[in-house]
Amino acid sequence: MPELLQYLLSGVTVGAVYALVALGFTLIYNASDVVNFAQGEFVMLGGMITFFAWQAGIPLPLAALLAILAAATIGVLLNKLAIEPARGAPVASLIIITIGASIFLRGSAQLVFDKQLHRFPSFSGDDPLRVFGATMLPQGLWVIAGAVAVFLVLWLFFARTLTGKAVLATANNRIAASLVGINPNHMMTLSFAVSAAIGALAGVLVTPITLTSYDLGVAMALKGFAAAMLGGMGVPAGALVGGLLLGLIEALTAGYVSSVYKDAVAFILILVILFARPQGLFGRKAMDRV
Amino acid sequence: MKFGVIGGALALTLGLAGPALADIKIGASVSETGPASSLGDPEAKTLKLLVDEINAAGGVLGQKIKLFLYDDGGDPNKARTFATRLVEDDEVVAIVGGSTTGTTMSIVSVVENAKIPFISLAGAIEIIDPVKPFVFKTPHTDRMACRKIFEDMKAKGFSKIALISGSDGFGASMRKQCLQVIGEFGITVLAEETYGPNDADMTPQLTNIRSKAEVQAILNPGFGQGPAIVTRNYGQLGIKTPLYQSHGVASKSFIDLAGPASEGVRLPGTAVLVANLLPANDPQKAVVSAYTSAYQAKFNQPASTFGGYAHDGLRLLVDAIKRAGKAEPKAIRDALEGTKGFVGVTGTFNMAGGDHLGLDLTAFRMLEIKGGNWALVQ
Repeated sequence: MPELLQYLLSGVTVGAVYALVALGFTLIYNASDVVNFAQGEFVMLGGMITFFAWQAGIPLPLAALLAILAAATIGVLLNKLAIEPARGAPVASLIIITIGASIFLRGSAQLVFDKQLHRFPSFSGDDPLRVFGATMLPQGLWVIAGAVAVFLVLWLFFARTLTGKAVLATANNRIAASLVGINPNHMMTLSFAVSAAIGALAGVLVTPITLTSYDLGVAMALKGFAAAMLGGMGVPAGALVGGLLLGLIEALTAGYVSSVYKDAVAFILILVILFARPQGLFGRKAMDRV
Repeated sequence: MKFGVIGGALALTLGLAGPALADIKIGASVSETGPASSLGDPEAKTLKLLVDEINAAGGVLGQKIKLFLYDDGGDPNKARTFATRLVEDDEVVAIVGGSTTGTTMSIVSVVENAKIPFISLAGAIEIIDPVKPFVFKTPHTDRMACRKIFEDMKAKGFSKIALISGSDGFGASMRKQCLQVIGEFGITVLAEETYGPNDADMTPQLTNIRSKAEVQAILNPGFGQGPAIVTRNYGQLGIKTPLYQSHGVASKSFIDLAGPASEGVRLPGTAVLVANLLPANDPQKAVVSAYTSAYQAKFNQPASTFGGYAHDGLRLLVDAIKRAGKAEPKAIRDALEGTKGFVGVTGTFNMAGGDHLGLDLTAFRMLEIKGGNWALVQ
C-alpha cells in the first residue's frame, strides 16, 4: 500500500511538471494555431535566469520575478522579430520558425550562461512530507499549486474576459476579428508574452526538483507537448489533465511493470487515445463551415 | 639594386618564418559545445593552458608547440571532418581528443589510415581493445570503475546489490561492463531499474528497490542530472542501504546538486578531485597539485577529472616526443607504446604493445562524501 501511494505521489509531482509546460502551449495555440516549439526554452530560461540572478546575490523571489519578466520580454521579441515579419505564412512555416527560435535560444543560453547543471534551493525546504509511509517533497506541492493556479487563470481568461475571447477570435478568423476592432498583432504579442511568462514560471517552480541546464528545454517541450496533445491542444483543462495523466502512467508503469518500458507504455497509451479521440481528451472537434 | 632589396626582404621573411615552420603541430578535436560539453569544455581549456605553459618554458626539443584545436560539438561526423582536416591540411604529427566514444571512433578511422598517433579522451574499452597500432587513451575504462566499486563492496561484505542505471549511453554501457565482471566478485544483482536521462523523479524505481529487504547496497551507473536526482530521491525515501555512484559524476558540482542526501555516498574518482587530501608521499601529489592550482588560477573554477584526461594526453605526447628525439608520427607512436612509469593526474601509465591504456586499478581512489566534501576511503 505505501508503494502504491509512493507511485501516485511521484506521478502527480512529475505530472504537474508536464502540466505546467503543457499549459504554456495553450495561449499561443489559441491565438494563432501555432504550436510553439520554443516553449521548452522559456522553461529553461526561467530556471537559468533565476539561478544566475540568485547567485549574483538577488533574493530568490525577486530573482524569480526577474526571470519571468525577462522571459516575457524575450517572448515579445520573438514574436516581433521572427513571427510578425512572417505574417501570412502558413501555420507550418510559423511552427518551423519556432523550432529555429528554440535552437537559437538554446545556443545563446549556452554562451551567455554556461554548460553546467544548476539548482537553487526549494522554496519550503527539502524535508519530505510523510503520508502513510510514502513521501513527497514540499516543492512538489508548489509545482502542483502552480499548475492549478495557471490553469484557473487561463480558464477564467478565455471564458470570462473580453480579451480572452478576442484571442480566440483572432485564431478563428483573422480578418473578421480585425473588422470588429481586434488588433491581431496585439493579441499575438500578448499571447507570446504570457506564454513565455508561464513557461518561465514553470522553470522557476520545477528547477529545485529537475535541476536545470541550457539544454533542458527540448526534453521539457517534448513531454509537455505530448501532455497537451493527450488532453487536447489549446484547452487549459486538457493540458492539466493530460500532464497529470502522463506523469501517473509513467510512475505506475515504472512501479508495477518495469522502468525500462516506462516511456514506451506512456507513448503507446497516448497513441491509442489519439486514435480514438484525435482531438485529445478535452479538445473540440475542428469544424470548417463550407 | 632593386632585386637586391627584394631578395633581402625575401631572405628576411624566410628567416623570420623559419622557426614558425619548425613548430611541432599537434591537433585536437574535442566537444567544447553540445551535449558532451561538460567533458569537452575542461579538456579544451586544459589543452590551451598546457600548451601555453610548455611554450613559455621553452617548448619541446627547442621547438614551440602549435595547437590546432577544433570543436566537434559531440557530433561524430564533424569529428571525422576535423580529423581529416588535421591530417591533410594542418599536417599535425599527433592528435589528442575525442571527448566521447562516438567522436573517438570517427577519429580512429582517420588516424589508422593516415598512421598518425592519436590519444583518445573517451571511456569505452572498445577504443583500445582490440589494440589498434596508432590509438591510445588516457581515461580508465568503465569496467575498471566497476571492478573498483565491487572490490569495495566485497571488502564491506556486500554480496547482494540493486542496480539503478541511466538509459543514456554512459549508463547503459557501464551497466553492461559491470554485469560482465560482477561474477568475479561473487556479487549478485537482486533488483534492476532504469531511468531516462531527463527524468524528474526516480522514487518509483527506488521504492521497488527498497521493498527488497535483502539488498545490501545500491549502485547507480549514470551521468548528468540523473544520479543527482537519484541521490535526492534516495534521501527523500529515507533509504539506509549504502549508495554507490560511478566515476561519471565525480565532480564537486555533484555534491552541490545532490545536497545533504549525498552524505556517505561512495564512488571511484581520480586524484584530481582530492589534490589537497593526498598524503605528501603520494607519487601523484606534485603533478596533481601543479595542474589543479594552475587550472583554478587561470579559469577560476576547480579542475575536473575530464580536464585531467586531456592533461595526461598532452603530457604523454610531449614525453614521447622528447624520448623519440624527433616529432615524427611513427617515432612518436613507438615512444608512446614504450611509456613506463609516467605519472599523470589520472594515474601512473605503463603502456605496452598489448596495452594502449596502461592504467591499473590503483589509478582510481575510492572516495566517500563526508560533510559536503570528498574524503579518501582507506
